[in-house]
Amino acid sequence: MVTGWFTGEGDDFRLLGTRCASCRTVFFPREDTHCRNPHCAGDDLEEVPLSRTGRIWSYTDSHYRPPSPYVSDPELPWEPYALIAVELEAERIVVLGQAAPGVTVAALTVGMEVEVVPGVLHEDARTAWTTWHWRPRGAAV
Amino acid sequence: MTADVAVLGVGMHPWGKWGRGFVEYGTAAARAALADAGLGWPDVGSVVGAGTVRGGYPGYVAGATFAKALGWQGARVASVYAACASGAQAIATARAQILAGLADVVLVVGADAAPKGFFRPAGGDRPDDPDWLRFRLLGATNPAYFGLYARRRMAVHGDTPEDFALVKVKNAASGALNPYARYRRRVTAEEVAASAVVSDPLRLLDICATSDGGAALVLSSLDFARRHGAARPARIRAVSTVTPRFPNTVLDLPDIATDSAVAVAPPDETFRASIARAAYEEAGIGPEDLSLAEVYDLSTALELQWYEDLGLCGAGGGAKLLREGATAPGGRIPVNSSGGLASFGEAVPAQAIAQVCELAWQLRGTAGDRQVAGARVGITANQGLFGHGSSVVVVR
Ligand SMILES: [Zn+2]
Repeated sequence: MVTGWFTGEGDDFRLLGTRCASCRTVFFPREDTHCRNPHCAGDDLEEVPLSRTGRIWSYTDSHYRPPSPYVSDPELPWEPYALIAVELEAERIVVLGQAAPGVTVAALTVGMEVEVVPGVLHEDARTAWTTWHWRPRGAAV
Repeated sequence: MTADVAVLGVGMHPWGKWGRGFVEYGTAAARAALADAGLGWPDVGSVVGAGTVRGGYPGYVAGATFAKALGWQGARVASVYAACASGAQAIATARAQILAGLADVVLVVGADAAPKGFFRPAGGDRPDDPDWLRFRLLGATNPAYFGLYARRRMAVHGDTPEDFALVKVKNAASGALNPYARYRRRVTAEEVAASAVVSDPLRLLDICATSDGGAALVLSSLDFARRHGAARPARIRAVSTVTPRFPNTVLDLPDIATDSAVAVAPPDETFRASIARAAYEEAGIGPEDLSLAEVYDLSTALELQWYEDLGLCGAGGGAKLLREGATAPGGRIPVNSSGGLASFGEAVPAQAIAQVCELAWQLRGTAGDRQVAGARVGITANQGLFGHGSSVVVVR
């Protein structure tokens, strides 16, 4: 579905972005053609893993089933999940992602430290679509 | 500063869930605006349609679609799509034509027939489309973003869900007085608190619905207005259509990440604040000159954000301003006297035009039970998906 957005497994799992060789601006999702800093003419963008951990900028959840193209089984009751926007200090960027399964908004606060972990977006008999999740640091898997 | 253009006529189709096509709503609004202006459709030299992606091909070419529905008469035509800022960009296009001398009288029309429930992206697998990606990868609906902003305000400024509910109570009370509003019933804070959570911390009554509706304006040069016998029309003095500046560090629809601030320091003001500032600068006014404001209350919490971005109070002062009653009818600076999106719901290409309709009625002193006493200067504020700023200043 989207290639080159993350890499590795377990503790080595990282989101992948790109970085402008001229001005060092980081892009996620990856920008592969031209730097989007208006003061920079750079077009040399190198792949770079993003920080594993960051702090919560904000969070929310989804009590109603999102419409397609989000994939969910209409036969099953809707289970709300949390969304977390995370500030990565080194990159000075905020990245939104789903929380790891079982992490509810009741367990979150703005400023809390979280880490990126591999997750499954959805799966059918043939394929599991993988994604990234944010999880409070040190929380049980 | 630029020259003013006159608002000769305003019109709306009542908003609701009517189950008919957007062309019908837009045409009804256009006819109402022409009648209000005292002009016939053949008197119009140019028509600008605000586009809707839900209207199929006719929605993409809304200008010509409305021109055909009203009867081909050879007018200049333009169609504008800028998501929620479509209406404001349509107004900007019309104004530019008038100020450039390309047309004396321009009809601006926006209308939509929105689906029930969440807005969703266009069909197909489109991983190069940020709007598609946020749904496909995260299921991040528009209310999810509103929830993020609301929670952030609670953490940074100490706002509470009770503060948010008060915005709904205020706007519903005004909407109850507006014959064009979809929801015309007062709402209590208890009812907001008892409604279902949609995206924590926001509940159903904190979030605007999707609606059918239409709105239209007849704009003209001041010379034409004078010749036409309108000596003191409401006048558009500024239209802000700015984009954000890099790096945009507030997570915004439909993106799943912000710009990185690693190479360039963030601008001193947020994107929303820059929208208002551009309008103030062009109009040569400041927030202290305002009689009223129509702001984009996609959620109750977002209305509080606009208070600060419009400079009605300092950062974090929104909830206090609300609690003091400053933004209520009779207050220092009434906000959303129309009832806002809380009472109308979203009919995307129409809503920025509808905001200007309300300002025109208020500045003429014909807003009935909603009238803001002595209204002289009004501002609208709105923001479109993908970095479309929108704000209009109207004076009398
Ligand atoms: Zn660069």
